[in-house]
Amino acid sequence: MFQLTGAELIMRLLERQGITIIPGIPGGANLPMYDALRSSKIRHVLARHEQGAGFMAQGMARATGRAAVCFGTSGPGATNLITAIADAKLDSIPIVAITGQVPQAMIGTDAFQEIDTYGLTIPITKHNYLVRSAAELLDVIPDAFRVATSGRPGPVVVDVPKDVQNARIELEDFPEPGKADAPPPVRDEEVAHAATMINSARRPVLFIGAGIIASEASEILRTIAGRTSIPVVSTLLGLGAMPDDHPLYLGMLGMHGARSTNMILEESDLLIAAGVRFDDRATGKAAEFCPNAKILHIDIDPSELGKIKQPTLGITGDVGSVLRALAPRLHSTQHSEWLDRVNELRGAHPLAMPGAEDLLQPYGIVRQAAELIPDNAIITTDVGQHQMWTAQAFPFSWPRQWQTSGGLGTMGFGLPAAIGAALAMPDRMAVCFSGDGSLLMNIQELATAAEEDVNVKVILMNNAHLGLVRQQQELFYGRRFHASKFHAEPDFAAIARGFGVAAYDLGESTDPRESMAHALAESGPCLINVPITREENVYPMVPPGAANRDMIEGESYAKQYA
Amino acid sequence: MQNSMLETETPTPTSLGTATVRLVVRNHPGVMSHICGLFARRSFNLEAIACLPLDDGTRSGMLLGVREEDRITQLIAQLRKLEDVLDVRIDPQGREAFEAVREYMA
Repeated sequence: MFQLTGAELIMRLLERQGITIIPGIPGGANLPMYDALRSSKIRHVLARHEQGAGFMAQGMARATGRAAVCFGTSGPGATNLITAIADAKLDSIPIVAITGQVPQAMIGTDAFQEIDTYGLTIPITKHNYLVRSAAELLDVIPDAFRVATSGRPGPVVVDVPKDVQNARIELEDFPEPGKADAPPPVRDEEVAHAATMINSARRPVLFIGAGIIASEASEILRTIAGRTSIPVVSTLLGLGAMPDDHPLYLGMLGMHGARSTNMILEESDLLIAAGVRFDDRATGKAAEFCPNAKILHIDIDPSELGKIKQPTLGITGDVGSVLRALAPRLHSTQHSEWLDRVNELRGAHPLAMPGAEDLLQPYGIVRQAAELIPDNAIITTDVGQHQMWTAQAFPFSWPRQWQTSGGLGTMGFGLPAAIGAALAMPDRMAVCFSGDGSLLMNIQELATAAEEDVNVKVILMNNAHLGLVRQQQELFYGRRFHASKFHAEPDFAAIARGFGVAAYDLGESTDPRESMAHALAESGPCLINVPITREENVYPMVPPGAANRDMIEGESYAKQYA
Repeated sequence: MQNSMLETETPTPTSLGTATVRLVVRNHPGVMSHICGLFARRSFNLEAIACLPLDDGTRSGMLLGVREEDRITQLIAQLRKLEDVLDVRIDPQGREAFEAVREYMA
């Protein structure tokens, strides 16, 4: 028998879950946990805003595939965490957010820093808990990790009132750490049906997404694609599952995919949708997506089957397990007629990357940086034009190389996520491609980067605009620009230096490539400001709500092929 | 009960929905919020609801009158994903229970 406080018990249970780093911010209602954290093996990383802490946890979870934890206090601590939690829900990232709450006796009294964290987080978590006694922690903490990592991963919130943290509990032994439930068994008759569909298809396409990465199915995907000669398209979050230079890989589909990729899907007779959820940015107008194709949809979340598109065959299961069961049943095929057509379309409508050789233009920044960045570096982005340019142009080659806010589209994601990735993998560099609008949304985390001396490089594409907003106003709102231009233009290099972070401004450099190489070669955090043309657009583009076949292409895009 | 913000037309006041769904859930103070929150979040139409503790009070039975002809499969799949939901089934007889409650409320 031994005695612990609730707070001490939380730390011991987290240690037993294998947690070694927790980003967070202390406050009145979680101080008992911080008191217990002092004598724990767990390293605390002091974020400068709870949203930063939440995204650092995401960066760790996305890099490793394991659940990560963040801490916040009650009230504003919890509300500040909410964006990062919602982001994790939409991108299926396993995080466990542990928040302090006012003592139970004060719940409901509008106490200082009291907010209904439980109620607020219901729609943005896989599950959440309000812990009512220290004894409940014995079930709740392991269960939180089980829920976060089982099936389709996602965020869990554990709200712990201060009196529960301070309560003393006697116990004989610790509960077993929580671990993911086994995936549902693969059903032979479903696999046989799927194999028949694939073997009899004449123009099949593999449509892959984040599920491939979550279920560690990249290897088997590559094997299947190679053996069956089926071309592969990826969602934004599936990038890295197939190597960029694979001859069967067609890159990203959808709003900013290559025109040829969307055209190939249009002609497909079988869509093998593996670990995807038919997001509107990928499908365009869903009713007109792949109009000629039967759909084979494999996903761990049964509610995704038929949510947007009714599949011909829907299989609930771990996509890796299903693909492994499927592989031996698939005929080795050439699909030469189909691949001839695919290559014809690719040749006629490739993704144009104007300026790819120029380090001061968007595609050039991404392509040139990619040559200088180590192959094992983790790449994050914020949200906007720079995100799409990076998604289009960076030669991703391995799963978990890429972290971006896909579903929620959260500006401010990139820097703290990169810090989290660098914390989780201290032997690697983490590079955040950002924009000047996005970076300002969590720029305070430069202080954390400096304090932790993490190997994080921020490459800032600076156009003094909310570029994607400006682009939409130009294309769809009759050039009626409003609230998309920043009239005050901060000196980002000076700001970074003010935080204690090294900074380079390629606009002032006589040899930008040399400056970038130098910046990327140094250890520790740095910011590289790159001024870019202010009116550059991301092309091609499917207008929001339109079908993918109705992509538009801009002047600079058209000029390439005039 | 209505998701009034999401309604496009006013249903008839006597509507009890097109299907009755019966749930067994863990009984704790947040479970109603989870169920009702799902309906609001996914804009499913909930017309009637009844909830009572079962057995020793660790579980509750819930009866939901829903107006979702096209999306009932999706609704059930979403309900099954909730950690606190132990069982979900379509229960046509639940309508009689609602009729009895309505008589009481009249």
